[in-house]
Amino acid sequence: MSTVIKGGTVVDQTGERTADVVVDDGRIAAVGPDLTGDEVLDASGCVVAPGFVDLHAHLRQPGAEEAETIETGSWAAVRGGFSAVVAMPNTNPPIDCAAVVQEVLALGAKAPCDVYTSGAITVGRKGDQLAPMAEMAALGVRLFTDDGNGVQEAGLMRRAMEYAAGLGVILAQHCEVDSLAAGGHMHEGEWSSRLGIPGVPAEAEELMVMRDIALSRFTGAPVHFQHLSTRGSIAMVRAARQAGVEVTAEAATHHFTLTDDACASYDPVFKVNPPLRPADDRDAVREGLADGAVDAIATDHAPHSPDAKEMPFDQAPPGMLGLETALALALTELDLPIAEVVGLLSWRPAAIAGLKGIHGGPIESGAPANLCVFDPQETWTVDPYDLASRSRNTPYAGRQVRGRVRHTIVGGQAVLVDQEMRP
Amino acid sequence: MKHLLSINDLGAEGIEEACRLADHFTEVSQRPIPKVPALRGKTVAMLFYEDSTRTRLSFEVAARRLSADVMGFSVSASSVNKGESVRDTVATVSAMGPDALVVRHRSAGVPQQTAAWTHASVINAGDGWHEHPTQALLDCYTIRDRLGSMAGRRIVILGDIKHSRVARSCVMAFTSLGAKVTLVAPPTLLPPAVDSWPVDVSFSLDAALSDCDVVYGLRVQQERQSEALLPSLREYTAQWGLTVDRAARLPAGALIMHPGPVNRGVEIAPEVLDQPNATLNEQVRHGVAVRMAVLYLLLAADPDRQPEGEAS
Amino acid sequence: MEAEDIKRATWRMAHEIIERNHGLDGVVIVGLQTGGVWLAEDIAGALYEIEGVKPALGTLDVAFHRDDIGLRPLLPEAPTDIPFNLDGQAVVIVDDVLYTGRTIRAALDALNSYGRPRTVQLAVMVDRGHRELPIRPDFVGKNLPTRRDEMVDAHRDGVDLGEIVK
Repeated sequence: MSTVIKGGTVVDQTGERTADVVVDDGRIAAVGPDLTGDEVLDASGCVVAPGFVDLHAHLRQPGAEEAETIETGSWAAVRGGFSAVVAMPNTNPPIDCAAVVQEVLALGAKAPCDVYTSGAITVGRKGDQLAPMAEMAALGVRLFTDDGNGVQEAGLMRRAMEYAAGLGVILAQHCEVDSLAAGGHMHEGEWSSRLGIPGVPAEAEELMVMRDIALSRFTGAPVHFQHLSTRGSIAMVRAARQAGVEVTAEAATHHFTLTDDACASYDPVFKVNPPLRPADDRDAVREGLADGAVDAIATDHAPHSPDAKEMPFDQAPPGMLGLETALALALTELDLPIAEVVGLLSWRPAAIAGLKGIHGGPIESGAPANLCVFDPQETWTVDPYDLASRSRNTPYAGRQVRGRVRHTIVGGQAVLVDQEMRP
Repeated sequence: MKHLLSINDLGAEGIEEACRLADHFTEVSQRPIPKVPALRGKTVAMLFYEDSTRTRLSFEVAARRLSADVMGFSVSASSVNKGESVRDTVATVSAMGPDALVVRHRSAGVPQQTAAWTHASVINAGDGWHEHPTQALLDCYTIRDRLGSMAGRRIVILGDIKHSRVARSCVMAFTSLGAKVTLVAPPTLLPPAVDSWPVDVSFSLDAALSDCDVVYGLRVQQERQSEALLPSLREYTAQWGLTVDRAARLPAGALIMHPGPVNRGVEIAPEVLDQPNATLNEQVRHGVAVRMAVLYLLLAADPDRQPEGEAS
Repeated sequence: MEAEDIKRATWRMAHEIIERNHGLDGVVIVGLQTGGVWLAEDIAGALYEIEGVKPALGTLDVAFHRDDIGLRPLLPEAPTDIPFNLDGQAVVIVDDVLYTGRTIRAALDALNSYGRPRTVQLAVMVDRGHRELPIRPDFVGKNLPTRRDEMVDAHRDGVDLGEIVK
């Protein structure tokens, strides 16, 4: 059975054109005018883009199934236009060996989108001893991170980089120097001072960015910076790239949409790590996304059950939902051409995750059919009770946004049609 | 006003009004029978998640002098130790129909969160490093009582300001009433972004002392040493302690205040506490009248309700 | 009533107080804030001129004792000042206008906080009727029948009658 996506504007790294797209047997069969197929998906007024790739999703399985499962998280991804997600390893047990990788991949195989997993850099994400990266790489893990923690020890990070380079995989760093960040629950600045909440200074992130740029230059190994949130971090990454150091970076949706004054509500839904920063840092993230210093938009989708978030601010866990709102927020808040937003969400993260040729386009005959169709003009209001995620901790409840995913096709299967999930 | 979560909920006018009302309750407290029926039938629940004998007693006495019933909630004997969340506890206590919840918690913002979870009025009795509005109110009342007014007064707040909810509320209260506040502390005990506060900052107590109307000392805790915020308490006392010598250099009539409890010999010398210009006991006494005023303002003088029938 | 009538009524009430209490021994005058305070002062002044003895004089604000707390914003208007124990005293409560009786009920309640008087008496310049409680005055300047929608204001210069502006 073939499916035709009719009447849309195709946007990928090769440009924009008005064309229908026919999908058959898991692949794109044809791209051109006036095509037909067994099933017709209307795309009039819509953009037909490569399916999005999220470098940074907490799917919580195994260990915290009350917050999210690989299945529910994948449905959230599909509703957000993502055809692929990279699961973070801070599960329980952590994804730090072949056995857990296999479990996650087995669960992911039944999910509506492609689930890739990252692996931990160190055993138990404890920062003491290298995790068996080779056995995980052999199972297809391309990206290693201790996300939730940064690797504190410079010497250990150096060895991890050298080892990873030999395996052809990439290290991703959650940049946070614990001794500066310890005990902090929001950005350290005017608002934390006023609210009496212990703060995390921007320097806790920036020191590790600085260190890892130096280590990357030293070892020649690439490093990917996760969820950069400060002006200083982004400036360093920009300069390092210009100097030829092989670093890449992602920014989380909330770091270009929200600022630290939101914490004045004391609602832990605004607690996240790295924390929301002042407007100047938010603007720097936007500038980085616009000028290429930042490669990708990541969601840092971090579900928490209502119980966990209905806590005093300093006792609640950090993290917020992101998969189902990322595209709309990027279109609403970033003053960028649609093609650039699509690039930040698809082919650029796909390249970092080692998924080139599978996800991220280009949309051409013979390519795997991983596609997202969205209406860039539709406005809607974020409703925490209308999410596919098992959790409700979106900081955007009640916010009006523009741009909505209409259809998502993963491996040739239309899993989201007219915003309806199709199990 | 439904809740008192921050001293800013009152503002300058509200602080003045509460002080005027506290004058009346000071008179009530001096009656042979120091009790009025103003809040008869109202119930005030105490939710103290953190030990605080003086604040808790002060609120209880205030509520009882207004004839309100007091519902105690003792953390050690409660379900908190069985892992019950704050929200569930608030729901449970609220189900018993109190008119006000007086909340003390070690985490900033819990009173504000509580206000969203209950129909009762919420009074912040101290939350983390954030605020302690009734303490600031009783301090305003004490300064007004001793010095007449706050406008133009030069007030030195001394000590561990970074970790002090009292300092945050007092700075806002004092400055809103027109006082000029100088924070004096070692830099490690100042809050971040202190330049955004409406205060002057000085690292030298000796320089600040000669020119002030009030020295307001804050508690300095032993832990600050282990957190590497202070080399030693001994060094703190030498540089920033209100010693007998320093107290002697204060201008005549300048007040020595402290929210208590005092670390005698660390932030203030014991002899200084006994001087007639030290107001510690007055502050405690005024605490009752001021808390009566707050309870009365929240639970009795509700301006949103329309009068029914004739007044006389 | 004109100023002269007020003055004559004040003096008459002063004489009645002396007569009722067989002199001024143990008599204390308490004016209710704020309308009764001027009359309490004037009655005390008349008593002094008649008997040559200054009776103890206090003021009382009954806001905290009212039965309509919570129904309307009730903040005390002026200080309460009763610097003497009322145990065994003959307390004369003084107010300008007696109407529903609720203010007097509150005053009786408040007085209990200052001791146990031997007797409590009530002096008012105007009794306008419409009582809602079993309370009656002992000394009255003038009985003035009114409608409920009228407003009565008694002061040293006379008594004003007005419509309540709704």
